[in-house]
Amino acid sequence: MTRPSAIANVTDAGFDARRVRDDFPALHQDVHGKPLVYLDSAATTLKPRVVIDAVADVYARDCANIHRAVHLLSQRATARFEEAREKVRAFLNANDTNEVIFTRGTTESVNLVAQSWARTFLREGDEVLITELEHHSNIVPWQIVCQQVGAELVVVPMTDRGEITREAFEEQLSSRTRLVAMAHVSNALGTVLPVEELTGLAHERGAVVLLDGAQAVSHVPVDVQALDCDFYTFSGHKLYGPTGVGVLYGRERLLEGMPPYQGGGDMIRSVTFAETIYNDLPYKFEAGTPNIAGAIGLGAAIDYLKSFDQEAVHAHENAVLRYATKALGSVAGLRLIGTAPGKVASASFLMDAVHPHDIGTIVDSEGVAIRTGHHCAQPVMEHFGVAATARASLGLYNTTEDVDALIRALHKVKELFG
Amino acid sequence: MMDLRELYQEVILDHGKNPRNHRFPEPHNREGRGYNPLCGDKVTLRLQLDGDKITDVGFMGQGCAISQASCSTMTQAIKGKTVEEADALFSKFHAMVMGEADADDDFESLGKLAVFAGVREFPMRVKCATLGWHTLNQALRDEHREATTE
Ligand SMILES: Cc1ncc(COP(=O)(O)O)c(C=O)c1O
Repeated sequence: MTRPSAIANVTDAGFDARRVRDDFPALHQDVHGKPLVYLDSAATTLKPRVVIDAVADVYARDCANIHRAVHLLSQRATARFEEAREKVRAFLNANDTNEVIFTRGTTESVNLVAQSWARTFLREGDEVLITELEHHSNIVPWQIVCQQVGAELVVVPMTDRGEITREAFEEQLSSRTRLVAMAHVSNALGTVLPVEELTGLAHERGAVVLLDGAQAVSHVPVDVQALDCDFYTFSGHKLYGPTGVGVLYGRERLLEGMPPYQGGGDMIRSVTFAETIYNDLPYKFEAGTPNIAGAIGLGAAIDYLKSFDQEAVHAHENAVLRYATKALGSVAGLRLIGTAPGKVASASFLMDAVHPHDIGTIVDSEGVAIRTGHHCAQPVMEHFGVAATARASLGLYNTTEDVDALIRALHKVKELFG
Repeated sequence: MMDLRELYQEVILDHGKNPRNHRFPEPHNREGRGYNPLCGDKVTLRLQLDGDKITDVGFMGQGCAISQASCSTMTQAIKGKTVEEADALFSKFHAMVMGEADADDDFESLGKLAVFAGVREFPMRVKCATLGWHTLNQALRDEHREATTE
């Protein structure tokens, strides 16, 4: 199994995943006496040394609150925080840093739009359109707000390959659709949705579009102006950055018209007991002391990614995924779940007569970390008539050797359950 | 290093593949529904309680080898037992899989259930081993609530 490995690990474009592995301290450890094989990047990516250092450096050197004091440490912290915002703006190709709001993560970004935009502007009889393959965090906030305002949640069904087609989408889209919220990339299946086309259709009906980019940002190019979406959300920790920080991109015109999501410090211009005047964008939506080190760490993660040719990184990941798809497909009794053409980064699967939880424990004992369960996407599980799947997912540091280790571990599963 | 064979004993693999009492008994007068939110596994347990005695018991549902084998061996162990005896078994079983110190010498009294001692080394799997027992507990006490492992 060593021969084909050599091909997919150094792509023609010159991205060398084996060398990149040196940048990730967490990769270099043994678990249960075996070298770690990390195939759970869809849950969270590992962090490169530069990100860890950037976070540590904030606390070691520029440890101060931001936007508040005149002293030097606060100036430095504020400058670095705002530099991070500019890095995110450039990464998403947003028009202006006013449109980049730091949150706790995708979940909070979606909740912000649900409670600020949707709760204000939706009326009884309006419809919110989502898809069958959404993560719970792009379902539940809409259920909550629909209940609050009397709107209806409508779901676009997916195909048995795990795709959302234009036809299925158009069938559910109506003149009552006010908001469309959908994943850019599915976390349970790896499907890339045709979001540009679907956004166009939604806009023709006058609906606002939110894209959940949690699984997309590290695997496909993102340009919010080209996508023409109204909101875009992602989490730092799935982009090689720290946990506890995420982003909401919003079109300035929409953000301007939205009431604050939370009240507190930083989001105000002046406060009296009679009246509070809110701060300008983006601060209006950033109440309280934010995750300063987290945002700076996210900026460092973006810098790190930019040091590679993004196309080469994506080509490498796709090559490893193709290799994995083939290798998994050759394991007798194994069935892949989610087979949309052009899918990225994740392979969900089932094995005859072995529950995913047992697969997870056994491969873990071989040092291989995968995710098993419903992946916070229970409607997807329901579609396939299962309670759970096993999922191997990739980051830029994965090689075909990791896939080989997974396959060897799966053979252990078969031995034990023989 | 962890020893998988400690967890996946032959008895567990056997009961996981061919669970015993995997049927609903007729008649029955108690039902419990169990749910493990971590993995989505579900189990429904039905039993006939005559006075204080569990005269018949069976379960349906899907889950991993550990949870299926645990339900299977549990139904075998509690059939013909009183509620009090079943409660005592659950306490001992729980202490064993949680790795509580004073549980150490007591495995023999658990009979076949002692094969789950290996679960102690796998904290992520304790809930799989106890799902059936939580469901039993609920069936014996309250017919209409769903038991969860949380
Ligand atoms: C597609 C998708 N959306 C949303 C989320 C939620 O992200 P977070 O938990 O970082 O808020 C995830 C994370 O698993 C995800 O994969």
